Amino acid sequence: MQTRDLVRVSLFAALIGALGLAPRFDLPIAAGVPVTAQTLGVMLAGVILGARLGATSVALFLFVVACGAPLLSGGRGGLGVFVGPTAGYLIGWIAGAWVVGAMMRVLPFKSEFTSALIASVFGGIFIIHLFGTPWLAWSTGLSVKNAAIASATLLPGDTLKAIATAFIAQTYLQTFSPAAGARA
Amino acid sequence: MIGVPLSKRTWLHKLPAGFKLLFIAGATVVFFWVEDPLVLLASLVLVLLVYFALGREAVLRLKLFRLMLPILAIVGAFQFLASGPAEALASVSRLALMVLLADLVSMTTPMIAMMDAFLPVLRPLRYTGLDPSQLALAFALVIRFVPVLLDDWLRRREAWRARGCSHGSWRLVAPWMAGLLRIADRIAESLDSRGLRPR
Repeated sequence: MQTRDLVRVSLFAALIGALGLAPRFDLPIAAGVPVTAQTLGVMLAGVILGARLGATSVALFLFVVACGAPLLSGGRGGLGVFVGPTAGYLIGWIAGAWVVGAMMRVLPFKSEFTSALIASVFGGIFIIHLFGTPWLAWSTGLSVKNAAIASATLLPGDTLKAIATAFIAQTYLQTFSPAAGARA
Repeated sequence: MIGVPLSKRTWLHKLPAGFKLLFIAGATVVFFWVEDPLVLLASLVLVLLVYFALGREAVLRLKLFRLMLPILAIVGAFQFLASGPAEALASVSRLALMVLLADLVSMTTPMIAMMDAFLPVLRPLRYTGLDPSQLALAFALVIRFVPVLLDDWLRRREAWRARGCSHGSWRLVAPWMAGLLRIADRIAESLDSRGLRPR
């Protein structure tokens, strides 16, 4: 891995951590709904860094968390979260970031907003739930149907985050990426 | 749930981190196949006794466990309705047991020792192009830059508020990210100029 990629991956992992610690920031429409911003970071990692580096960044973040840094939202961390009922979602983040990045490359839309929105909905919501729900069912002994119902309570927040990701990605890709020297 | 190590060294600190990791991995596999609620409950009591044996600070950590309580309550209620009290007790005590046991390891293992213990597991990743020897640098960068980025974010938000914008701080995420990538590239340059070999 090039030094540049290594540092970008590391700093993006730090960004995901900072998003978990930042006092809740207000998303549009989401008046009053507490939204943890961390999956926003996961979706953005895929959009900005691409599939491989984005997934690496999320994996690095989770590794630091597993080693004991309390960087998950609410100050959680350590090995406990990886054996708890929500561990599947965390593993899903890695796959989710990869899929978001891969879809950003292949989607044929001209508008960054549309591409980022579709990629985040599929990679950042569907894929993450695809990993999270079976684990939730298995670790708690719930039926898959009940686990899916419990999982579905996350969907409104997830949708907002996908929309926010699309807005942010559009602003970033149109305004800042030349200045930041990002490769398309 | 909260992984910060205890400030005081205890007898559990003396065990090698790799051993503790293997123990957790083994216990996770075993306990997921145990169905008997009494065995699970007894193990849970045993783990709680270890917390008490570690002293006051460890017991105080149990308070942080309340973050898990809503999830446990929901799981318990679902299981009680779906398959009866025995199943509910088994599921709830299994979850509590696993998380408390894993936290016990995190609490008594310094972060660096934990990273070293993970390294043998991660060695095969070399074939996917990810070099474990660079992991230490990446790890340090993450730890160092979380507070820096958080501070940068709060500063940006304060400036945003000072200009009378009370809503829509999500608009600051894009410039924040751009700033982050600029910093990243400067760090990469200085690492290169100081002789870090890219592979």
